[in-house]
Amino acid sequence: MANTAIELPPKGGFSFDLCRRNEMLAKKGVQSPSFRKTGTTIVGLVFQDGVILGADTRATEGPIVCDKNCEKIHYMAPNIYCCGAGTAADTEAVTDMVSSQLELHRYATGRESRVVTALTLLKSHLYSYQGHVSAALVLGGVDCTGPHLHTIYPHGSTDTLPFATMGSGSLAAMAMFESRYREGMTREEGIKLVCQAICSGIFNDLGSGSNVDVCVITKGQKEYLRNYELPNPRTYVSSKGYSFAKGHTEVLSTKITPLKEHVKIIEGDAMEE
Amino acid sequence: MSIFEYNGSALVAMVGKNCFAIASDRRLGVQLQTIATDFQRIFKIHDKLYVGLSGLATDVQTLYQRFAFRHKLYQLREERNMRPETFASLVSALLYEKRFGPYFCQPVIAGLGEDDKPFICTMDSIGAKELAKDFVVAGTAAESLYGACESMYKPDMEPEELFETISQALLSSIDRDCLSGWGGHVYVVSPNQVIERTLKGRMD
Repeated sequence: MANTAIELPPKGGFSFDLCRRNEMLAKKGVQSPSFRKTGTTIVGLVFQDGVILGADTRATEGPIVCDKNCEKIHYMAPNIYCCGAGTAADTEAVTDMVSSQLELHRYATGRESRVVTALTLLKSHLYSYQGHVSAALVLGGVDCTGPHLHTIYPHGSTDTLPFATMGSGSLAAMAMFESRYREGMTREEGIKLVCQAICSGIFNDLGSGSNVDVCVITKGQKEYLRNYELPNPRTYVSSKGYSFAKGHTEVLSTKITPLKEHVKIIEGDAMEE
Repeated sequence: MSIFEYNGSALVAMVGKNCFAIASDRRLGVQLQTIATDFQRIFKIHDKLYVGLSGLATDVQTLYQRFAFRHKLYQLREERNMRPETFASLVSALLYEKRFGPYFCQPVIAGLGEDDKPFICTMDSIGAKELAKDFVVAGTAAESLYGACESMYKPDMEPEELFETISQALLSSIDRDCLSGWGGHVYVVSPNQVIERTLKGRMD
C-alpha cells in the first residue's frame, strides 16, 4: 500500500493505520468513542419440527436508545438464521461475512448449507480475534441432519443446547425457559414461549426493549415474523403534530438547483430477446 | 473529554414525501474556542446522494475524500451513479475496516434511490448501520436532536414543510449544545430540484 501512488481499494482484512494516532490521542487524555451496542435479549429453542429464534429490537449507545426497531435476527443461509448481541458493527459484519462464505460454499458443492459449517466458520473467526470482535451469537437452523441450536461466545467457545439465551437480558429470558420449556413442544407453544422469554427481557432488562422479532425454521421452510409482537406502542405523539408556517425560519441565503432528467440513449436497433 | 467533543457538530436528516432533507450546523471549534463559522460537514456524492460527517474535522475531510474517490471509481467502472443503499454499504465497509483503530466520525447518509424513494441511514464510528424510516441524527447535539425530531417530525411532509421542520429541530437543538451552532446548512432534495439554504442562528 505504501509503495503505490494512489490508494487502491483494499482486498479485505482489518487495517491498523490509525491505531498509533488514536493511541497518541488517548494518551493526551481524550476518550475513545463508545460504539453502538445491542444490549440485547436474544433466544432460541428447539421444538418438535425445527428451531425458533427470537430477539428484541432495541439498539443502544451508552444510555441512549439509538434505534427503537432494529433487526437482530440475521440471515445466514436459506435454512439458517443467527441472532446477534454485543457490538452492533461486529455482529453485522461477522454474520454478513460468514453468510457470503456459505453462499459460495453452496455454489461449489451444490448442497444445502449445514449449521455446523456456519458454526465452525463463526467460531474460528471469533477465536482468531481472541474476543476483540465482540459478537455473542445464537445460531439456529435445520439441515439434512435435523434441527440445531448453538450459542457462540465472543472468544469463540460454543454450546449446543435445546434452548439458549444471550445478551444482557439472557438471565431474564432463561428464567422463563428454565421454568416452562419441555421437549417436543408444538409450533404454537414454542412461539408463545419465545415471546414470553423476549418480553421478560424487554421489561426486566434496560438494555432490551421495544418489539419482539421471531424466526421459525422447519425442514425446507422458514418464516421470518418481523415485529411479531408490539408490546410498546408509541402513545405520546399528538395526532396533529407541530406545524410551522412557511417562512418561519430566518434564512440567510437560498440556492435552488434544478436537476436535469437523465436521457437514456438507445443506440441502433433494440436487441431481440 | 470524548474525541467527538473536540470540534463539535450537529447533523440531522429527515424523510418527506418523495424527498429528503439533510442539515448540519456551521461551527468548527477546538474545544470551547470557535475557529470557523462556515464549516462544511455535508457533502454531495451525486445529484441525489448526500453524506454528512459528524465528529473529528480532520477525519471528516479525509473520509469525504475517500468516499468521493471510491464513488468516482464506481462511476467509471459501472457508468452510473451509486444507489444510496450501495453507498451505505461502502461507507460501512470503509469504517469497519478500521475496527481496531477507527476514524472518529459518525456519518449520516441521505439519498433518493430507485423511483425517487428516499433513503436515510446513520452509523457509529465503526460502521454499524442504522436504517430509519423517519429521521436520523448524529454529533454532539444528538441527544437534543433526538428529542426535537421525535416531537416535531411528521410523516409525508412536502419539501417546504420539511425544510421548516428540520430547520426548527436543528436550531432548537443546537441552542442547547455549546459545541455546535452558528446557524445551519440545509439541503432539501426532491426528484427535480435541490434547495440549499443557510440558516441564521445564535452566535454565542
